[in-house]
Amino acid sequence: MIIDILSWIFLLAGGALGIVGGIGIYRFPDFYSRLHAAGITDTLCAMLILLGLGLQAGWSIAAFKLALIFVFLFFTSPTASHALANAALYSGLKPKLNSDEGEAKS
Amino acid sequence: MFIAASLAILVTMGLALVRALAGPTTFDRIAAVNMFGTKTVLLIAVLAFLSGRTDLLDIALVYALINFIGVIAALKLVTQGNFYSSDYDVNEVKKGEPE
Repeated sequence: MIIDILSWIFLLAGGALGIVGGIGIYRFPDFYSRLHAAGITDTLCAMLILLGLGLQAGWSIAAFKLALIFVFLFFTSPTASHALANAALYSGLKPKLNSDEGEAKS
Repeated sequence: MFIAASLAILVTMGLALVRALAGPTTFDRIAAVNMFGTKTVLLIAVLAFLSGRTDLLDIALVYALINFIGVIAALKLVTQGNFYSSDYDVNEVKKGEPE
């Protein structure tokens, strides 16, 4: 019972975080801010949903597979975000700064 | 509860897909595709529990591996213009010729 409620909370929090990240990647004005929204929520959303599923699975082979996915995403998701930001910065994409916007408006 | 989680993941995938189609730069598209892939892994994992067939988790694991390698390979190709040079070198990329 308690495990079910905890799993509900984890799954719903993960889903809500995913939607927040989706809105962020859709609405933000600039590549780096979009990456900020996507990269941070991606990791935590995956963690929460996999934790919620793992509570449902109990001690079984499914929980072990979920743990494998968990560990893999935990290491690769920030790595992919870092590689994206590094590649964009290296290929000359400038972050959009507040002063640029002010000059463009005036 | 699995249905609610999968619906939330599907909404997120839709938003990421819109950004991947409309992104002004290539890196926007790659970031959106990366997010789409991660959400696909989660969707497969949730669907495995929704349908009660936990064998699907193997597919989610393989998809996570392929997604990461694919994003890194796409980034390397976009940044360097090729797969054979070991270093970042913008000048070499602009020439378009191996030395």
